[in-house]
Amino acid sequence: MTPTATPGQTVGPFFHYALPYEGDRDLVPPGGPGAVVLRGQVLDGAGNAVPDALVELWQARPDGTVAREPGSLRRDGWTFTGFGRAATGGDGCYAFSTLVPGPTEAGRAAFFAVTVFARGLLDRLFTRAYVPGDSAALAADPLLSSLPAERRRTLIASTDERGFVFDIRLQGGDETVFLRYPGQ
Amino acid sequence: MSSIAVPAPELEPQSVISSEIAAIEAGYRQAGVEETQPRLDYPPYRSSTLRHPTGDLCDVEPETIERWAPCFGARDVDPLEADLTAGHAGEPIGERIILAGRVVDGAGRPVRGQLVEIWQANAAGRYTHERDQHPAPLDPNFTGTGRCLTDADGRYRFQTIKPGPYPWRNHFNAWRPAHVHFSVFGSSFTQRLVTQLYFPGDPLRALDPIYQSIIDDRARDRLVATYDHDLTSHEWATGYRWDIVLTGGRQTWFESEDVA
Ligand SMILES: [Fe+3]
Repeated sequence: MTPTATPGQTVGPFFHYALPYEGDRDLVPPGGPGAVVLRGQVLDGAGNAVPDALVELWQARPDGTVAREPGSLRRDGWTFTGFGRAATGGDGCYAFSTLVPGPTEAGRAAFFAVTVFARGLLDRLFTRAYVPGDSAALAADPLLSSLPAERRRTLIASTDERGFVFDIRLQGGDETVFLRYPGQ
Repeated sequence: MSSIAVPAPELEPQSVISSEIAAIEAGYRQAGVEETQPRLDYPPYRSSTLRHPTGDLCDVEPETIERWAPCFGARDVDPLEADLTAGHAGEPIGERIILAGRVVDGAGRPVRGQLVEIWQANAAGRYTHERDQHPAPLDPNFTGTGRCLTDADGRYRFQTIKPGPYPWRNHFNAWRPAHVHFSVFGSSFTQRLVTQLYFPGDPLRALDPIYQSIIDDRARDRLVATYDHDLTSHEWATGYRWDIVLTGGRQTWFESEDVA
């Protein structure tokens, strides 16, 4: 008999003294070589900021390889572990200092893998923040090409002078596309 | 303070929440389709109203990055972090307990060397969190956060104290059952889990819309730890065992690839 998955539960309102840690959002030192900012706002169905959400980031290196190194919880300042965590502030905003992920296979679209937790959200949500720019790769992406244009838009980060902006809308007209993987 | 206080006008009574819970469960039984996870849209938990997606989750094949998970190691976690009763000048107040179990994948294989993080209220039901307004005492000898890495057999083990129930403002006289928050990483990104462990015999679970958001009673029972006398240690601590199953990982895709 195969075991059944343990159910999830909300992260609740009191995770702030447990899950955030020093350097959690800085996958690379801010302003260092190659550093970009990935930032955004988490919004609820009324368009209000969600000030008690937690966003996690998992990504490839710029060359498309996957980091297999520990050290995300105690950063040494030079090892890129590919993982980060950022609680939203009172304005619902989160920000990471990181590197631009490369495609893990030649010609594929590159993206940040993102997980969202919040008080009021009964289980974690998965999504992807695609790196904009390579229109051929984005057009060929199996997930993006399966979505209508107005839904596809929610998964592609926009750029600003410091890096990327990726807002996460938990509900509503512009609701972010959230994902389910096989076996879930 | 009187125990027969009239509900504040803006807060609904437990009877309203409980009848919503019962109606949703009755509908579930009638539909006859097994659910194993919480509903994201679960009105009795009032804070979920504007915070659940209304569109269907989009089924997707994991890409390379999603087939891996972040890596944690000895440099990330000090073994002392698994003892929530340590690190202060004195012993915390409360029932000392051992929480232990295994983290396995959907084929029952151990999830090795992965990060488990926990946080909880103290024995009086108070969190060491600035926004916790419950007028119960803080314990100077208890913070309520712990971490460990699973061993080669997928096992984790914490020493802590049993948390107390605490009130919240979902409705009038709402109390969370005693629980410990768990955050667990699998061997793939897709297995990420945040959940809560509950204790056997707690009457508050029946009234709690967060616990009841898992509609299937067998499924929500999977969050209840088992008292384990073999884990209990002589003249020291009682033991609770709770195993965690993370599905939707690499083993699932390998199986589907084998079939293809
Ligand atoms: Fe809690």
